[in-house]
Amino acid sequence: MKYSFYNLVRNSFSYHENWEKAWSSPELKPEYDVIIVGGGGHGLGTAYYLAKEFGVKNIAVLEKGWIGGGNTGRNTTIIRSNYLWDESAALYNHAVNLWEGLSSELNFNVMFSQRGLFHLAHSVHDMQEITRRGYSNYLNGIDAEILNQEQVAKKIPHMNMHGRYPVLGALLQRRAGTARHDAVAWGYARAAENLGVDIIQNCEVKGIDISNGKVVGLQTTKGSVKVDKVGLVPAGHSSVLADMAGFTLPINSVPLQALVSEPIKPILDCVIMSNSVHVYVSQSDKGELVVGAGSDAYNSYSQRGSFDMIEHMMAPLVELFPIFSRLKMLRSWGGIVDVTPDRSPIIGKTPVKDLFINCGWGTGGFKATPGSAHVFAETVSKGEPNDIAAPFSLDRHYSGALVDEAAAAAVAH
Amino acid sequence: MFVINCPYCGERDQTEFSCHGEAHIARPDNPAEVCDEEWGEYLFFRNNPKGIHFERWTHDHGCRRWFNVMRDTVSDKIIKTYKMGDQKPGVTDV
Repeated sequence: MKYSFYNLVRNSFSYHENWEKAWSSPELKPEYDVIIVGGGGHGLGTAYYLAKEFGVKNIAVLEKGWIGGGNTGRNTTIIRSNYLWDESAALYNHAVNLWEGLSSELNFNVMFSQRGLFHLAHSVHDMQEITRRGYSNYLNGIDAEILNQEQVAKKIPHMNMHGRYPVLGALLQRRAGTARHDAVAWGYARAAENLGVDIIQNCEVKGIDISNGKVVGLQTTKGSVKVDKVGLVPAGHSSVLADMAGFTLPINSVPLQALVSEPIKPILDCVIMSNSVHVYVSQSDKGELVVGAGSDAYNSYSQRGSFDMIEHMMAPLVELFPIFSRLKMLRSWGGIVDVTPDRSPIIGKTPVKDLFINCGWGTGGFKATPGSAHVFAETVSKGEPNDIAAPFSLDRHYSGALVDEAAAAAVAH
Repeated sequence: MFVINCPYCGERDQTEFSCHGEAHIARPDNPAEVCDEEWGEYLFFRNNPKGIHFERWTHDHGCRRWFNVMRDTVSDKIIKTYKMGDQKPGVTDV
């Protein structure tokens, strides 16, 4: 059933009790043309674009928990594309272009809000970094405005400009913003199922069957299944899946935390990021401040970060916004992020034929969801990455052609 | 939060330490002669197991010495800490 004003009115006569389910729970069939492992935004999106744009008919998405229950539902929902390097700019801006039409494309309101994002600069070096990145963004057709101290103070009047690390300026991307993360998973799931994709929840992959160097099937908690092509789209378990297929990845899995405050009246109409004092904050439509910062440095699959990281998040927040110092924080949670050496994702082929991987998004995969899904769908269907995805191959760790966004932004993001 | 048993100082709070990735990775003896694949494997590829992990930590705000930790990445429980150069413990040793 299409979500529309007409159907909203029509369903109001039956007290909204007859809306059909947004997606069903089909049984796992014995054979598929393509199986996507991982039912987060990237995986569901891949299945959607495979069905819609690349004409693949028989697709399943396997999710070990519930859809969007992993990192899709655990991030701080920030979307931006002001990356330094050309390769990243192309990938993340492809995503922002798709974000702009996503709600109408999926017929599902993902609440994409281009409220603008300020990347703060606290030192001469920071000013040089944002200036360099801003000009790089211009050249790549990405909107960027380099603001001085006065301009920032005017836009965010309640921010403390003269703290221990004074705010000297900011890089503003107006097309950046936030979206509702759950809605992204739900929207893609509903749209994919309308195109005939089977979404199988509570179905964990336990083994990958390989014959003569080609993937031929999967062993799952709901039985075995034959398949022609597999796309692995995990977050937090990339190395575990790669291990099943007999190869290793240049990835470490580490905990990343976020937390939200009690809801307050609208006070912050943009996203604030600071790499130097390291915190990022925005205000959700419910009024909560959504706060994130750095990841822990040790490997873990516990979905729980260390307690002292919370202090590392709160200290810069209160320094920048003394007005928030008496707020109570309501919830904190952790997710496991797969971090690569250059903080750029891995998209493309693996040593196993017809087994493709899209992983290693580290601490910033949500913003790329539609772009990542779109380029990966093309990679899976054609067997070769397109121009946007090609620089992010696993092979770059042998050739040395890293897309070094870790150094570019001086922070994991 | 962990309490970490530094092999030199005894039990201290985790905030005094920092973690520096997988332990027991040997640098190739002859870097000029290894191929790109071997060098890439050495530089970037890591085990990242869901289970027992061997890793390097330093006691930054204490003795500032490096040591190794054997830890379960599922429960975050530290099974053993030992000095650099000590033999890697087997799973059955502890």
